[in-house]
This record gives sequence, structure tokens and C-alpha cells, in this order.
Amino acid sequence: MSVSNLLENWSKFRHTHPVDDKGIPDWEAYPSDIKWAMSIDLDACTGCNACSVACYAENNLPVVGKDKYSHGQAMHWMRVERYWDEGDNGFQAEQGARFLPMMCQQCEAAPCETVCPVGATNHTEDGLNSQIYNRCIGSRYCSANCPYKVRYFNWYNYPEQENAWPAPLNQQLNPDLTVRTKGVMEKCTFCKQRTYTARNNAKTEGRPVQDSDVQTACQEACPAGAITFGNLHNPESQVAKQWQSQQVDLIKDIQEKDEKEGNRLRGYRVLEELRPYPSVMYLERVRESAV
Amino acid sequence: MGKDIREDIAWAQINKDVLKSLESPRKLYWVIIFVALLVFSVGVGCEIYQYNTGMGVANMDNPHVWGLYIASFIFWIGMSHSGTLLSAILHLMHADWRKPIYRFAEAMTTFSLLTAGLFVAVHLGRLWQVYYALPYPSERWIWPNFQSPLLWDAMAIFTYLSSSILFLYIGSIPDLAICRDNIHQGWRKKLYTLLALGWEGTDRQWRNFRVTYLTIACFLIPLAVSVHSIVASDFAMSQQPGWHVTSFPPYFVAGALYSGCAAIITLFIILRYVFRFEEYMTLPILKKTVRLTFAIAMVWTYLNCIEFASVWYSHDQVAKDVLIQKATGTYAPFWWAMIFCGSVVPFAMMVKKWQTNIPVMFAVSLLLNLGMWLERWMIVAPTFSHGYYPWTWDHDQWPSLIQWGIVFGSFGWFTLLFMVFCKIVPSVSMYEVKEMVYHRSQARKKEERAVQEELAVKGAH
Repeated sequence: MSVSNLLENWSKFRHTHPVDDKGIPDWEAYPSDIKWAMSIDLDACTGCNACSVACYAENNLPVVGKDKYSHGQAMHWMRVERYWDEGDNGFQAEQGARFLPMMCQQCEAAPCETVCPVGATNHTEDGLNSQIYNRCIGSRYCSANCPYKVRYFNWYNYPEQENAWPAPLNQQLNPDLTVRTKGVMEKCTFCKQRTYTARNNAKTEGRPVQDSDVQTACQEACPAGAITFGNLHNPESQVAKQWQSQQVDLIKDIQEKDEKEGNRLRGYRVLEELRPYPSVMYLERVRESAV
Repeated sequence: MGKDIREDIAWAQINKDVLKSLESPRKLYWVIIFVALLVFSVGVGCEIYQYNTGMGVANMDNPHVWGLYIASFIFWIGMSHSGTLLSAILHLMHADWRKPIYRFAEAMTTFSLLTAGLFVAVHLGRLWQVYYALPYPSERWIWPNFQSPLLWDAMAIFTYLSSSILFLYIGSIPDLAICRDNIHQGWRKKLYTLLALGWEGTDRQWRNFRVTYLTIACFLIPLAVSVHSIVASDFAMSQQPGWHVTSFPPYFVAGALYSGCAAIITLFIILRYVFRFEEYMTLPILKKTVRLTFAIAMVWTYLNCIEFASVWYSHDQVAKDVLIQKATGTYAPFWWAMIFCGSVVPFAMMVKKWQTNIPVMFAVSLLLNLGMWLERWMIVAPTFSHGYYPWTWDHDQWPSLIQWGIVFGSFGWFTLLFMVFCKIVPSVSMYEVKEMVYHRSQARKKEERAVQEELAVKGAH
């Protein structure tokens, strides 16, 4: 009976989020071989938007058109944000913008997960923040509580809308995942279809997942190689090495950096002080001039 | 000031007067019903369009994922609270002036909860899957998320709604029996016979009735407080600037009682005219309600100041920015209108002459409710326009006509339900008015006797 199931698993249910009563992620209680994480080098990013385009192609994102885009109803899971430096005479256009690719930060203590009334968004054992489209009823509480606002709602029925995938784009819809109907929330999955395949292949071959097994679409498309993706639990992975060299620790909300070295280090996480423990590290931009 | 209820009014006269309201209201009644139907159909039309096309037609976007629907939802939930205040809290406090007006206040509770329920439906992206939020035993062992304040919300409101329907119904059983005995034909006779549950007015029935009524009243009071605290948790438990304020639960409860009392004044004035209740809904009762409303208005103003102060003096810069944005940004006109309607207008209720002036109080009560609606909007919207993440700041979002249409339609729905109810169930509680008149005349007699005795003693000397 499902009531007894609920009661038996209550403690587990409470702890689906790996932040326990201590207030920090408790890795010992939830051993997992894999924790997907990312690092993005803003110094390398040129703001070319290739990552965003790749994401559209990989994840069957609908093209909403100019009207809806200007109404803020775009579906870009991966968006490249522009920030302009403000000088004495307003914005310094000639200096160029600063870019920041922003997508779901796959928080370890995600604000979106606790508030969903139907439990449509959950934490997976490989450290992702998953979204179950079939379960979503569209209350949009997750987006309301997301500090980064990286969740996108299907305001219209895009699969049936004309020109959501103008020809020949309709020919290249990715069969590895669905198209989403109206009224559900969606967001970046760290290309779940790819990580799952990689995990299954590694399992078949009886070995741990390596960096060479999987790349996310945005990472693959980035011409500057600004995006690094991999398993943070594997000390050999590039992403783990980067996090370590930048002295950024997943389970800390304030990073204590080396006094001597600290000033040289560029690693930070966005809105870390809110304690969602995001899984994406950014490397601060140091160059001053335009691209 | 006008006269209070006549103490020598005959019980048969009370029956006659109130029963008349079920049959021949003024023409204005039909006008109100017609207008309410029109207004409601506007809302229905908008909802059909939105249901079929998608939530996008409401002109919501990222980050403005919540809008007027949630604001109006809180507004209607809030309005329901004063019915409970009048019927349950004042019942326990033995305030006899509540007796002629609590029935319609309790009906207001029930119908505004039903209206609030509509907004849950209207707001959802996939209304057709709404049952996922119910904790039904499913063969897939999937439960709703018990951590979510929205789920607490659904449960609290459902409990409150079912208890207040029960309370409204049980409280009207003796009156339904009077209707049954006085109306001799048609579907009404059958309906009242069914609803009166064979009430005969025996001692045993009265005793059981009293106990039941008191029990539900005691049950309902903590429920009323908890419901709006839980609605406040939707915001207070979140992480967003301008929302995670510790004082939100009492602030919401005060706001709820406030808008509810204002609505009671509005409906008091309308019912008094439409159903010719001048004899029962007297000006001294209006005066008491107005003074109660004024007191609650001051509590609300105080809690409002607490909220601003705690944000202003905290070190939460983002929350402070949102507050500054409210007072100076695009929402400033509405925010200041809220302050004006909610904290300045109530001072009109201090003027003794106006307390019983019907046109003035009608206008004031409407303004108060406008202020309280704006308050809910100003809680929901500015946080989205100016959240944590600067790239998503969007100060210019404006709800579409579809969104306004549905909010507009909800007023029609409420009015329709309420007015139909008042035509079917006596909106003045006959048996309690009789009690009130009886007790008052007894008290008067006692007083007179005391005076006479005193005179007699004096005369003896």
C-alpha cells in the first residue's frame, strides 16, 4: 500500500536533498560516484552565442519568434547575458560588453525543489536538478523561487505552433528527448540524454565514467573552449582539477581562499551567499579591452 | 444616528420581514444579478481563451511568472476571514450586535473561498492535471511534495472551506425550518424540508444545536488564523527579496480581517437597501462594524510599518532595493495608492458623523478594499520585477487584458453566488435576532425594575 510506503520512506524522502540538518551537503549519507559539474571561463568567452544555438538544436527548444521573445517568453535554456561597463558618460560601448553564459546551476540545495507542490522537480543521484514534465502542473512556484530565473515555462503549445521549428529545423529534432507541451516548466538538464548514455556505456564496459565519455552540447559548440564539464567526484577529471586549483569547494557558501594565492584566483559561483550550492563555477574575466 | 433594533418587535414580525426578503426584493436585485452575470461571462470568455491557447496570453513571462491571479487569490482568501471573525470570534465573546449581520458575513466567507479556489485553477499551466496535488493513494506510489507551502495551502483552504460551509449550514438550520413552515408550495418547500433536517425546535434539539455550533466555532477560529498564515508562507518560506519576511503571517492575517471587514460594510449597505432590512441592519450596528474596521486598519498599518522597518534596517541590500523600487519605480503609483487607501482613508472612519453616513461609508469601504487588493498585487509583482539577478530585472511588464478580464470576472462570480444565496437562505438570522431582542428587552425590564425599586426605597424614606 502506498501509505505505508510513504511512511517507511519518509526519512529518505526528507533527505532527497543532500543538505541535511547540519545545513551543508552530506556526502557520506548519499554516496554517489558521480557529481556532474561545470566551469566556465569568462575570459575565454566571446559572447558568440554558439552554446545557445547548440542548446536549441540539442534539446528541441522551440523558436518563439520576435514578438514573444520581446515579451520575455523565450525558451533559451542557455542564455548569454551582456553587461555593459558604466563610465562617466553612461555606457562604454566601445569597450564592448562583458558576457556571461547562464543556465540552470544545478544547485545542490535547490530552492526550486522544495517548493514544487507535486514534486515534479527532484534531485538525482548524480547531482542534477531534474524536471519531470509529465508530473508538472504548471504552478510556476519553482521559477518564482529560483534566484537565477533560469527556468522556462511553456506559455504556448509550441509543438503545435507554426514555425516553432521552421523547416528544415523540424527535420533535425532530437529523438533522444521529448518536445514539451504547453503548461509545463523546463530548464537546462546538463544534456541528460548524453550523460545517461555515457554512464550506461561505462557501466557496460565495467569502468568509471571519464571526461572523454561525454560533452554537453554547449561545451561541444564553444569555439573558445570556455566550458568544461565532467564528474566532480573524479579527481582526475578536468572540472575537478579546475575547481580545486581555484579553491572553490562545492559544499561551502563562502570560499576561503589562500591568503597568498587568493588574489590570483578567479573562480567564483553566482549568488553563492544564498546557499543554494550551485554546481557551476565561473572564472572571472580579467581582460579589459574589447574582444 | 438612526434607531437601533426595536426591542418590542414581535417575533412573528421578524419572521414576516425576513421571509419577505426571499420573495420580493427591490428591482435593484435583478439589476445586480444581471450585471454580475455579464461580468462573470467576461471572465469565463477570457478563461476559455487562455485555457485553449496557453498561459502566454496573460502576458506573463520570465521572470514575471506570477501575476494578478495570485494577487487576487490572496485577496479573496483574505476577504473570507471576517465572516469567521463575526460569526465565531464575536459569538464566543457574546457580542450581540453581530446577530443580524453574521449570516451574510459567513456566506461571504464561503463564497469568497470559492472565488479564491477559481484562481488556483486559472493560474495553473496544466489545470487538467490539478489532481496531482491531491494526496490520493496512487498505484505508482507517487505523493505530492509535503514540503511545499503550496500544498499546505491547498490543504488549509480545503479544510477551511469545508468547515465554513458546515458552520454556515448548521447555523441556518433553525431558520430553514422557519422557511419550511411558512412557505407552502413549489420547489422551495421541498428544498427547505430537505435542508431543515426535521428541525422541530424541541429542547433536546436546541441543546444539541448549541453544543454543535459552539464546537465548530471553536474549531474554526484557529483554522482562520492558520489559513492566512499558510498563504503568507507561500511567500515567507520562499527565498525571494521582499517575500521572506518573518512578520508576513500576522501581517497577512491582519490584512485579511481588514479587507473582510471592509467588504462586510459594503455588503451591509447593499443588502440593507436591496432586501429592505433597514429595521434589522441598523445604523448602530454599522457604527460598531466601522469602529471594528478602524481598529483592524490601525493594526494593519502598524504591521506594515514593521515590515518596512525590518527591511530598511536589515543588511539585506536586495530586499531593500525591492522596497525602494516599490516606492519609486514603475509600481510607485499603485504602491502609494495602497498606502493612501489602506492607512489614510480609514481615518475617515474616525469622524463620528460619517460612521453612520451610508454614502460615505460605502465609498470608504470600497476604497479600503481597493487598497487591500493593491496591497496583494504590490506583494507579488515588484519582487519579480527586481529580484536577485540583475539581468532578469524587468520593470515594464503589464498584465494583459485577458488577465484583467479574469480578475474582473471573479467579482461577477462572487456577486452572483452571494446574491443567489441571499434570495434562497435568510440572510438575517431570524432566531438569533429574536434572541437578541429578547435578551435586550429582559435587560431593559430589569433596569426599569431596579429604577422603580430605587424610587420606592427613596419614597419610603
